[in-house]
Order: sequence, then structure tokens, then C-alpha cells
Amino acid sequence: MSSRNAICPNCGAEVRFRWSGAVQTTCEYCQSILVRNDLNLALVGKAADLPVDISPVQIGTEGIFNGKGFQVIGRIVYRYDLGTWNEWHLLFSDDSHGWLSDAQAEYAVSFANPFTVAPPAEGYLERGMRMEQHGVQLTLTVITEAFYETTEGELPFRYYDKEKCRFADFRTSDGRFATVDYSEEPPLLFLGQFVDFGSLQMKNLKEFEGWPTV
Amino acid sequence: MSPATPRKGIVPKAKALNCPNCGSQIELRALGAAASVICNYCSSTIDASHPQLRVIAQWQAAMTVEPMIPLGSRGKLQGVLWEAIGFQQRGINVDGTNYFWREYVLWNPYHGFRYLSEYNNHWNFVTPLRTLPAATTVHALPGMQLGTERYRHFQTARAHTWFVIGEFPWMVQVGEVVEAADYVAPPKMLSSETSDNEVTWSESEYLTGAEIWQAFGLKTPCPSPVGVFANQPSPYAGRVAATWKFYGLVCAGLLALMIFFAVTAQRQNALDQKFVVAGRRTTGEKSFVTEVFPLEGENGNVEVSVNADVANRWVYLSMALINEETGQAYDFGQEVSYYSGRDSDGDWSEGSRSEEVLLPGIPGGRYYLRVEPETDASLSDPIPVRIQVVRGVPYYLRYFLGMLLVLIPPVWVSIRAGVFEAKRWGESDHAGGSSSASEEEEE
Repeated sequence: MSSRNAICPNCGAEVRFRWSGAVQTTCEYCQSILVRNDLNLALVGKAADLPVDISPVQIGTEGIFNGKGFQVIGRIVYRYDLGTWNEWHLLFSDDSHGWLSDAQAEYAVSFANPFTVAPPAEGYLERGMRMEQHGVQLTLTVITEAFYETTEGELPFRYYDKEKCRFADFRTSDGRFATVDYSEEPPLLFLGQFVDFGSLQMKNLKEFEGWPTV
Repeated sequence: MSPATPRKGIVPKAKALNCPNCGSQIELRALGAAASVICNYCSSTIDASHPQLRVIAQWQAAMTVEPMIPLGSRGKLQGVLWEAIGFQQRGINVDGTNYFWREYVLWNPYHGFRYLSEYNNHWNFVTPLRTLPAATTVHALPGMQLGTERYRHFQTARAHTWFVIGEFPWMVQVGEVVEAADYVAPPKMLSSETSDNEVTWSESEYLTGAEIWQAFGLKTPCPSPVGVFANQPSPYAGRVAATWKFYGLVCAGLLALMIFFAVTAQRQNALDQKFVVAGRRTTGEKSFVTEVFPLEGENGNVEVSVNADVANRWVYLSMALINEETGQAYDFGQEVSYYSGRDSDGDWSEGSRSEEVLLPGIPGGRYYLRVEPETDASLSDPIPVRIQVVRGVPYYLRYFLGMLLVLIPPVWVSIRAGVFEAKRWGESDHAGGSSSASEEEEE
């Protein structure tokens, strides 16, 4: 296991890892994107400025999902035709990790899963098509073209050199969903469920001027 | 888990920006969350998700509508504080007539977007759905199922956007057309909007104007709703079943009372006397008195039955039940007549040879009957008459009258409920179809 603390090779600031599995992080001070190679951190680029962003979630936010505590340790920001959305990287109390997506304050928690059935090929995606993964019947509802905007904090993989991404969102009749991320080869599957803001019991949220805190 | 480093992020209030088209000031209430904002002055649709605003579309306002909830107002609904940030008027055209309704975009930085819709002062709180309802059939109509709730198809129409101001989570434009379908299960409603093959679903819950006025602290007078709305809860919902249940209980009670009194009735044979009513040629005193008989018990009814062997004639008995000790008299009379014959339709008969009179509330004591008979003076044959007096007979009519009387509330409520449902479904695509009203109450 790598040490939990390291020095930013760009500015010399201390870089603290919250999760032993992190592959990539961003220096809080100089926004350098740093990738872990054994004990060293390699500078691979500089994160773009964060966009105008009024997500109430931030790095350090804590919450509870399915009875298990989590902490937000990183995020990927995507831009799409309605603005930006965040995929917050969650580290759970049992060292597992997952994602909290926040698009226009609609929240969903998902986890990377292997495919049980090969996903439809990227060129053949069509709204309404069905897919079964892990015994869940899924219907394709939205195909989203997104642009990688920037990253922040700790991520389980290198995610600094992407541009365009295509996502296929599948829904069910019971609040579960799946996303197939075609930006990787082979594609990645994320399975999860939509959640109410209140059910996550989040703390360390951002405050909004003029609004009562939650 | 290691403790987080709390980084107190505070999102400042959005600053006012200038419209890139006309330069007038635009207030952004949900900067970064809303996708588009409409300029109040030049009606341009502006991309609100970029810090540098840019014009998406321009249009000419065909109408101007003043929102009843001013944009920027805040109100608490379902336990969350919401700010009205956008407003649009949409309409459908049915047989050449435009029907307009209004929608408000509500926003909370933590809870995101909700909507309020208003038509004829009927309100709905609308939550976007992220689950897919399953198609089903409800009472022979197409329907949708979400969880355990089943919704009946109400209306499908093409909804046209006529007027827009403020911020929206999508790129709203005047002239936008979607196919809108509503499915109802009062007080809830599921709605789908289909455009470019994309379907979005939402779930609505009926609210009254008074609830909206109170939540947003509106000072204007709250207009009354007109007509019955698609998912307006029926004021009779649940009451139909309840009143019928109550009716059943009352009937059971009356039946039990009737059986109890029938079984325990006194049935004391107080008098059984035969006499003859003379015809025309008979002379002498016509009235007479019976022997004295006791009526037992404190108080009770007395049944006097008269049996007269009449054929094609009548006899009328003026009677008085007289208390021997007090002289208290109860006057009553009874006609007995019986006619029969044969005509082109065959045998016929009319009347009866036996009749009963029930005298209620006769105190106990020693009594006799004074009888004054009258008959058809043109006939001479004497008529044998038998008078029987029975103390304490069971009396059934009042129970049946009672049952009939308590039938009024359930029938009334059922009719009102039916009328309400007929008004509701009269506005739907299924108006004039098979009775929706009665089916509605079966569940």
C-alpha cells in the first residue's frame, strides 16, 4: 500500500490521499493532475478551472447510502447540452467505492459492475431498447453526448486525457438504473439507483447564500 | 474512515447579468442549475448554463401572461422551501378551442427542480419521475402502473408553449410542441411528455389554491377553482363505501330488533266475538257493545281484526275501544268490502274479507268495544262478522320504513359521487364512454 501522504511534484504542497486505491488526484493548491506510480506522483497535466457549479455536494461531504457511510473524495465534471453534471467519487466505510451522480440536483448512486451480457454496440444504440444485466430488466431512455470538463480529487483510474464521451442511460420501473460508459474500450457498466436528496443524510454540504442550510 | 477536511463552500447569490440581445438586466436565481433563462424584455431564450450568457432563440411573444406566483417568491411545499424561478403558459387545442394552463418552475439548491401547474385554479405539485411506469389496463382503459398505484388514461393532446419567462432546466422555447398524456389516480396523476422520441415522466399531486396561497404567502385574492379537474380528489371518495357500510349496520340492527320483538311479542288474545250485521229490513238499535276484556301489561299496541263474509258489498264498522274504568275511548273505523266477477279479461276480484287495525299505545286495563256497523242499504242479506282483539302484536312496518329512510344518505352520496366522476371524465378523452363513475367507487 502506498503512503497516504505525498508531495506535489509541481508546487511542493502536501497531497493527502483519503483512499489507498486512488490512481489519480488533483493538487488542491496548484490544480495539477497527479497520477500515482508506486511511491511517486507524476505530474500529467493541469486541471481546468471548475465550471460555474452550484452542486451542494463538495469534496469532504459525508453521507449514508444503504446504511453504509461514505465520503466524497473526488469527482469528474461533464458538460452536456443542459450544462454540467458531476460524478462524485464516493469512498465507503468498508473501503469499497462508488459514484454519486448529480445532474440538476437529481441524485443517483451507482457502482461499477462487470457485464453479465454484452452491451449493445455503440453504433446501434436506440431509445427504448432493452438490456438485462445482473437479472435487472433495463430500458434505454437517454443517450448523452458529453464532454469531459475537468476532474477534482481522487479517482480510481486515470481520467485526464479524455474528451468526448457517450453514455447510454437505462431505467427500470423500480427506480434502478444502469449507465454504459462507451468512453472506455471495452465499455464500462455502472448499476445503481436513483436516490432522494434527503435519504443520503449528507453533511459538510455547500451553503447557499440566502437559503437555509439543510 | 478518516475524518474529512470540511471545506466550507459557500455559493454566493447569482449576480444580475445583462441580456446579450437587448442589454437589459436579467436576474439569475439558479445560475448553473437552470439550462435556459428568458429575458423579461426581449423574450430571448438565453443559455443560462454558461457564465457568458448566449442567445439560443428569439421569438415574438404572442401573448403576455402575469404569473399568479411572482417569480422570486418562495414557499414551503412538502416540507421543502422552493423558489419560483420560471413560468410558462401552455395550451392544447381541442375542436378549435384553445385551453391554456400555466406551469411554474420551482427550485431549491439542494432538492433541485419541481413544478407547479395550474388550470382553472386547480393546482398540482409536479415531481419529475426517474422510474418508468409500466403500461397496463385499468377498467378496460389503457393505464399505467407505478409501484402499486394504477392510473387510468385521461387525455392525450399536443401541448403548445405560448408564453415563457424566467429560468428553466431545459432549453425552453415558445412554439415548443410536445405530446402530453395524463393518467389519473386522484389525487395523483402521471404525465408523459414526448418530443423527438424522448419520453419524460412526472408525477403530480393535487393541491388547492388555498394551499398554494398559504405556502407562498400571496396577498392577492385566491380565485375559486372552476369545474372538476382530472386528478381532483372526489369529496365523496371513501364516503360512498362508508355510508353503505353504515346502512348495512343500521339494517342489521333494525332486523335484530324486529326479530327480538317478534319473538318476545305478548300476543294476548283479548276478544273473539261473532255477530251479524243486519240488512235493510232489520229494525232496532244498530250499535252494540262487546263483552269486557282485559288488556294486559302497562302499555302496548292492540290489533283489531275484522272478518266479514261479504260478497259484492261492503260493511263499515265505526268502533271505539273504551276503557271501562276511565271511560277513555279510542275511536277508529274499518271498512270491509269484497267484490268479484267475470268480464272479458276473465275472473276479477277486489278488496278483502279480512282487515286489521292497529292501535298503538293503549294502556293496560279492562276494555270493551262499541261497534256501530253500516252497510249497503239496498241489500238485505245479513252479514256474519267476526271481531278479534289481540294485545301486543309484533309490528313490522316501522322497521321497513326505517330501512327505507336510512337508505337516503347512501343513495344521495352515491349519486353525488357519480355526478362528480361524470364531471371529471366529461373533460377526458373518454367522455360519454362506458360508465366511469360507478366503476371508480368499486375499488
